Amino acid sequence: MMDKMMRGGVAALAALAVMAGGTALAQKVKLTAYTALENDQLKIFKDTIEKAVPTVEISWVRDSTGVITARFLAEKANPQADIVLGLSGSSVAAFAKQGLLEPYTPKGAADLKPVFRSGANPETWIGMDAYLSVVCFNTVEGGKKNAPKPMSWKDLTNPAYAGSIVMPNPASSGTGYLTVAAWLQIMGEEAGWKFMDDLHKNVAVYTHSGSAPCVQAAKGERMIGIGVDMRGAREKTAGAPIDLILPKEGAGWEMEVSGIVKGRPNVAAAKLVQDWVASQGANELYGKYYAIVAHPAVKAAPPNYPEGADKAMVKNDLDWMATNRDRILAEWNKRYDGKSAPKN
Amino acid sequence: MALAEATLVKPKASSDDIVMRAGIAVVLILLALFVAAPLWTLLSKSFHNADDKWVGLDNYIRYVSTPALMQSLWNSLWISLLTTAIVVPLAFVYAYALTRAMLPGKALFQAVALIPILAPSLLPAMSMIYLFGNQGMLKQLLGGGEIYGAGGIVASQVFYCFPHVLMILVTALSMADQRLYEAAEALGASRWRIFWTVTLPGARYGLISAIFVCFTLVLTDFGIAKVIGGQFNVLATDVYKQVIGQQNFEMGAVVGLILLAPAVLSFFADRYAQKRQVSLLSARAVPYAPKRQRGRDALLFVFCLVIAGLILVIIGIAGWASLIKRWPYNLSLTLANYDFENFDPTGWGPLWTSLKMAALAAAIGAIAIFTAAWLLEKSRGFHLVRNLVQFLATLPMAVPGLVLGLGYIFFFNSPSNPLNFLYGTLAILVINTMAHFYTVAHVTAVTALKQLDAEFEAVSASLKVPLPVTFVRVTVPICLPAILDIFVYLFANAMTTVSAVIFLYAAETKLASIAVISMDESGFNAAAAAMAMCIVFVSLATRLLHLLLERTVLAKLQRWRKR
Amino acid sequence: MPYLEVDRVTKRFGMFTALEAVSLSIERGEFVCFLGPSGCGKTTLLRAIAGLDPQTSGTIRQDGRDVSALPPSERDFGIVFQSYALFPNLSVADNVGYGLKSRRKPAAEIKARVSELLALVGLPTQGEKYPAQLSGGQQQRVALARALATSPGLLLLDEPLSALDARVRARLRGEIRGLQRRLGVTTIMVTHDQEEALTMADRIVVMNHGRIDQIGTPEEIYGKPASAFVADFVGSMNFLTGRVAGPGRITLGDGLAIDCSHTMTPGSEIRVCLRPEDVQVRGITENTANRFPVTIAELEFLGSFCRATLRASAPEVTLTADFSINLMRDLNVGVGKTLDIALPADRLRVFAGEAAG
Repeated sequence: MMDKMMRGGVAALAALAVMAGGTALAQKVKLTAYTALENDQLKIFKDTIEKAVPTVEISWVRDSTGVITARFLAEKANPQADIVLGLSGSSVAAFAKQGLLEPYTPKGAADLKPVFRSGANPETWIGMDAYLSVVCFNTVEGGKKNAPKPMSWKDLTNPAYAGSIVMPNPASSGTGYLTVAAWLQIMGEEAGWKFMDDLHKNVAVYTHSGSAPCVQAAKGERMIGIGVDMRGAREKTAGAPIDLILPKEGAGWEMEVSGIVKGRPNVAAAKLVQDWVASQGANELYGKYYAIVAHPAVKAAPPNYPEGADKAMVKNDLDWMATNRDRILAEWNKRYDGKSAPKN
Repeated sequence: MALAEATLVKPKASSDDIVMRAGIAVVLILLALFVAAPLWTLLSKSFHNADDKWVGLDNYIRYVSTPALMQSLWNSLWISLLTTAIVVPLAFVYAYALTRAMLPGKALFQAVALIPILAPSLLPAMSMIYLFGNQGMLKQLLGGGEIYGAGGIVASQVFYCFPHVLMILVTALSMADQRLYEAAEALGASRWRIFWTVTLPGARYGLISAIFVCFTLVLTDFGIAKVIGGQFNVLATDVYKQVIGQQNFEMGAVVGLILLAPAVLSFFADRYAQKRQVSLLSARAVPYAPKRQRGRDALLFVFCLVIAGLILVIIGIAGWASLIKRWPYNLSLTLANYDFENFDPTGWGPLWTSLKMAALAAAIGAIAIFTAAWLLEKSRGFHLVRNLVQFLATLPMAVPGLVLGLGYIFFFNSPSNPLNFLYGTLAILVINTMAHFYTVAHVTAVTALKQLDAEFEAVSASLKVPLPVTFVRVTVPICLPAILDIFVYLFANAMTTVSAVIFLYAAETKLASIAVISMDESGFNAAAAAMAMCIVFVSLATRLLHLLLERTVLAKLQRWRKR
Repeated sequence: MPYLEVDRVTKRFGMFTALEAVSLSIERGEFVCFLGPSGCGKTTLLRAIAGLDPQTSGTIRQDGRDVSALPPSERDFGIVFQSYALFPNLSVADNVGYGLKSRRKPAAEIKARVSELLALVGLPTQGEKYPAQLSGGQQQRVALARALATSPGLLLLDEPLSALDARVRARLRGEIRGLQRRLGVTTIMVTHDQEEALTMADRIVVMNHGRIDQIGTPEEIYGKPASAFVADFVGSMNFLTGRVAGPGRITLGDGLAIDCSHTMTPGSEIRVCLRPEDVQVRGITENTANRFPVTIAELEFLGSFCRATLRASAPEVTLTADFSINLMRDLNVGVGKTLDIALPADRLRVFAGEAAG
């Protein structure tokens, strides 16, 4: 009787072991890529990469920027990713700082705009594209309330928008932080906090995700969302009644970049992919989704995207953003979160 | 002449004792490996800084000095208490109706009530937004209020927790001794008095468990609070902010440790309740057969109808949303949202992965957890080890999935860990799921076991029948309904689990529940609803299979319950 | 050599002592009852003998073998619990055959043995039923058959009849006793019902507060209780307070001196016991010792006899006496009537007074 139970247990363990060892071995080099690219971009990116680099097969592990970053850092003792491709520049820069990336200057890196390069020699990461923190304005909901279309950040403090604005919480979302940091940089600290005090009166909710605000605006859940641009552009393309606005003071932005992970067996194959990342062809692909790409020769024209993204980008001091992060978040929490008695 | 002092007796362990102790030791090792060690790995981070230097209580001091803490703590406590105060009485009445009254369509009522367990926790929150959001169909019912905040959290949590609590209470109420009731009636006790003196005390152990399960479920869930919580901060979203928002594992571990407090509390409460539990189903016991009481039955029927109706509405809304072209501006129907490849290149793959993972976790888990509970309940001596096992079995309930998931990374992904080979496989998802949902399954098993006659093992020993034989021939058949319940519970949770596995899935092992989250976050809300509905359908199909099994095979095996 | 020897067995639960150096021995084939109020330690002693809750110290020898430290499965006994602990999911036949099956006996042999046992307990046709389909008395017999199936050397019965109604209980008493005689199996039964113990046992072990007060045949226990507790617990008993006057003399109540053999020192407080049926009414003459007049205060009709409450003024005592219907008629007994009674010296038992005992 005990025998039988033991055998059952052994069989179960064996089954687990088989599952454990069961990762199929393909002839191609399989590269695990950690990414925060949009879900709907993954297939075309994979197909294009595999066409350009026939010896590799890309396996995506895709999640939101925060989850992927947390996961990568948690795994740093024994990295599971071969490459991080399409993750926010600040995350990857932090990886590089901790020495987790394999330095490599891909072919054609020199052709890219300087800001899209790590600046190290050899390069620790390569920029792909940039996205901005913009205003998504739902024209239907605006019309119902007879609210004007905002053109600048300052406009958002108009009492007509009371309880109608949604933006990401900088403590939960990278987009939230870059938005807040940009305000403090373009307005100066004192005016920046003053502006946020006024804005706070109109904010209905600080979300935990940077993509949620424009999606909520697109669904009419809120009139105005402050969030990632391409999310808004895509919603508009899909038929949502929203306008994207690049506030005239300029907007915070963030890059998506790619870096090779140190200490993995397939570094050589990853380098081939990194070559592709820096290529003009790749940049043409980015240009279908993002208004700003790394390669100066590529004319990026995503559908439903407002003109002038280039000019709207504020001068971003990444070092300042990184060193002041704890201080800014603490101040932000104190002002808007610590006393956040629900408004309802 | 003084008599020599009588010799002290050192009882010799029987072969049964040895087998059972070995079994318990194995259970302890497994729980230590898959629950304690990962948690410890993470929690030790709360005493270190980002550079892995020992900083003592610095992180705690920093956290306590954050003004948001007390607010989050207070918020977490009162919504957990409020939800518990709403769910437990509702579920008790519902369970009472299912077990003690004569209602038409009981099986259907039970099936409907368990649907929420089949749905990702995101689903009720989504439905709430469709119903009461700013564009919601019933927004005017809120009279200018907002669904985002405590109200939305509690409403969604009630829906989400209801079946978890119901399951425990049905088990607790379904084993009752008819004779107690006959005796009470013969003594002329009123129905109300019988309820207070027989029914309620009999279900006390289950009730206490249910209260703790519900409380900790609400306390540790961050999915609902994240989507519908709005400005309302709770401890679980604090963990999310620290870990996901700022990659601050140390502070995440600090909050995680605070969240563990209820586990410790429930462990002692459990001990206390256990001491007072007397077995109800002795062999002489006559299984309870409900009798018709027109007035009461009619009331209960209406009650169940309302609850089941509400559950169906919430599920139905999500189902409807999954078929809508563009909420709220274009309400025409389409199946396009089910064409998952358009939203995520893995397409339908995650659903099959989930199915495989859930089946394995449920099958291995139901057998292993029930056996472990039996070893714990029926072995003699070995107190320290048994107390440890009992504690580790109660622990997972209170561990936020996020904390457990991170612990798994740090523990299993360490290159020096010989179990490192598990990392990134389906196996680790199976193990993690069993560990994460261990407590309720364990409580269900223990509740069922406690209702058996305590002398079965003594009789078995006197007849020189090895205990494992009695386990297979008597204990398992009597507890088969509870074991199947555990299977269904683990299966459904494996299909919907998110927070723990979000860090553990690999490219090939992406789960459907994770696809729901990622599609929702990408703004494909309808596709997310569609995937959520697929999860519901798969789990529903399993449940129907279970029901069918119950009606045929099980009915045959359970003939002995009939008088 | 006795079949079962219990030598200075002590059982402690933390600070509480449930058994205090209990010793006794039981002969092969004997039917022994452990009798006492609840909490006296009788079930604890039974469970120690079974090995279910081993004693803290002391020795238990069964059939010449020291079993003190052995687990239940290595001892030789069958047991029937108050709850019967029948396996509800197994048929009656499977319950009875439960212990046989694991001994790898051929199926036909098991079947034959099961039918034999079911016939033995008077349930020859119930083998296919499940326990829940049987009455309490029937379940009890199945439990007995199951315990006997493996022909154990020792049969342990833990309050086996207490859950049954009076009629069934009375019938089963006889049946169990008869069965035990036929099989000759050494049997220990725990009970709190003195009538059960008196009618069934060869010997009774009366227990109180974790100690044995008396071991003896039912006649000895009834007729010569060794302590006031035993006297009180078994049967009805009159207790009269008094004082030792001298050798062979005591004074009752406020002063009546009577004859009585005792071993107490003069002047000590005592309690004097007498069974109601031993109060002498007939044949009393001037010369009858220990004689005094009483008035009948109450009469309780109990079928074949009446229990009378008697009041005396000198000494001022109240006591009960059982009068047969015959005697009632002969003496024309009725409430209010005064008559002379005597307390037969050889029936009186003397124990130390309340304070000492």
